[in-house]
Amino acid sequence: MINFTGDRPIFLQVSESIEDGILSGVYPEESQIPSTTEIAASCRINPATALKGISLLVEEGIIYKKRGLGMFVVSGAKEKIREKRKREFYEKYVVQLIDEAKKLGFSEAEITYLIRRGFEGEH
Amino acid sequence: MKVSIELKNVVKRFGKVTALDNVTVTFGGNKIYGLLGRNGAGKTTLLSIITSRLFADEGEVLVDGEPARENDRAMRKIYMMGEATLYPENMRVGDVFRWTREFYPEFSLDYAFSLADSFKLDCRKKVKSLSTGYTSILKNIVALSSNAEYTLLDEPVLGLDANHRDMFYRLVIEKYAERQNTIVLSTHLIEEVSEVIEDVVIIDGGKIIFDGSRADLLAHGYSVLGSTELVNRYAEGRTVIGSESLGGMKKAYIWGKPEQDGVPDGLELSSVDLQRLFIQLTNARQN
Repeated sequence: MINFTGDRPIFLQVSESIEDGILSGVYPEESQIPSTTEIAASCRINPATALKGISLLVEEGIIYKKRGLGMFVVSGAKEKIREKRKREFYEKYVVQLIDEAKKLGFSEAEITYLIRRGFEGEH
Repeated sequence: MKVSIELKNVVKRFGKVTALDNVTVTFGGNKIYGLLGRNGAGKTTLLSIITSRLFADEGEVLVDGEPARENDRAMRKIYMMGEATLYPENMRVGDVFRWTREFYPEFSLDYAFSLADSFKLDCRKKVKSLSTGYTSILKNIVALSSNAEYTLLDEPVLGLDANHRDMFYRLVIEKYAERQNTIVLSTHLIEEVSEVIEDVVIIDGGKIIFDGSRADLLAHGYSVLGSTELVNRYAEGRTVIGSESLGGMKKAYIWGKPEQDGVPDGLELSSVDLQRLFIQLTNARQN
């Protein structure tokens, strides 16, 4: 089940949640993902929106269509998603982190310290 | 052959009140439409004219290219679910299903009985003994089982609790995915249908004020937030459809496409959700 938030288009949230499923192993490579209708009905969204989210993943080579059977996860999709998310990591997390840090007057050293603390698990 | 319901320059008056004022709109293309409007905007009148429950004073309605008026073939393509209960009140639920099948040959009895079971609607009960909520449920079951090419649902979730509304939206989407028919959801509950619908028709004071895709509508409205002075300066020369103030801050709702760059410092541009945009658009006309 997908929990939507209000800040981004729903079709993007559909494709991201399927990616999350592939990363976490809910949808192993070469396994079938839910159909457009199943996604639309379970999320109460228009089938065209669900299709848009699925099509995005097809374009990116993460899933593919087996004629008459449905949509399947490409072998190597997990690695592909990981690579893509790593590329997005800087823009999505680092830039925002620095932005907020500057607002609050943190120095670079303080932020580095906090990141190290986070990695060591001392919250 | 055209596959659509077309209204051309339709005018409907009730005494001195013009309920529909030169309405031209098309429903078709196998989509789920949202017919959105405030109470009394003209939604029910519009749907009643499509289904010949009311006749237009001017203009015409075409169903798949044929005039709809006094045209049985056209009427059998359309099922309208509305506030009026059109079954004899002593009829039992199960008989309502069998009766409707006489008029709608594609009606699925099995599907109707299975839905009644899911909603825990007792098919032996008489229509008049049902609560408001269950009367709505019965009408929705009949509408979804009709398998008509055009299914018009006028305030379908009236009186339904949250669980039943949720079930209802799921069924609408499943039915649409299966039949690829045209479904019109007429409602004032915008938030609930905003992700379900693909196209939007907004009616206000008997006039169509928007007709297009939901995506297009959302791309046309945005809000700008900042100090009152900056927002007022930004708003000059733009179409402002509403505004809110708090202290020295102001938020203005703008109709138009936001610029990609060159946003003045101190202003924040945001997208607006369907409900908020609807409220601003329908308020703007009244003031």
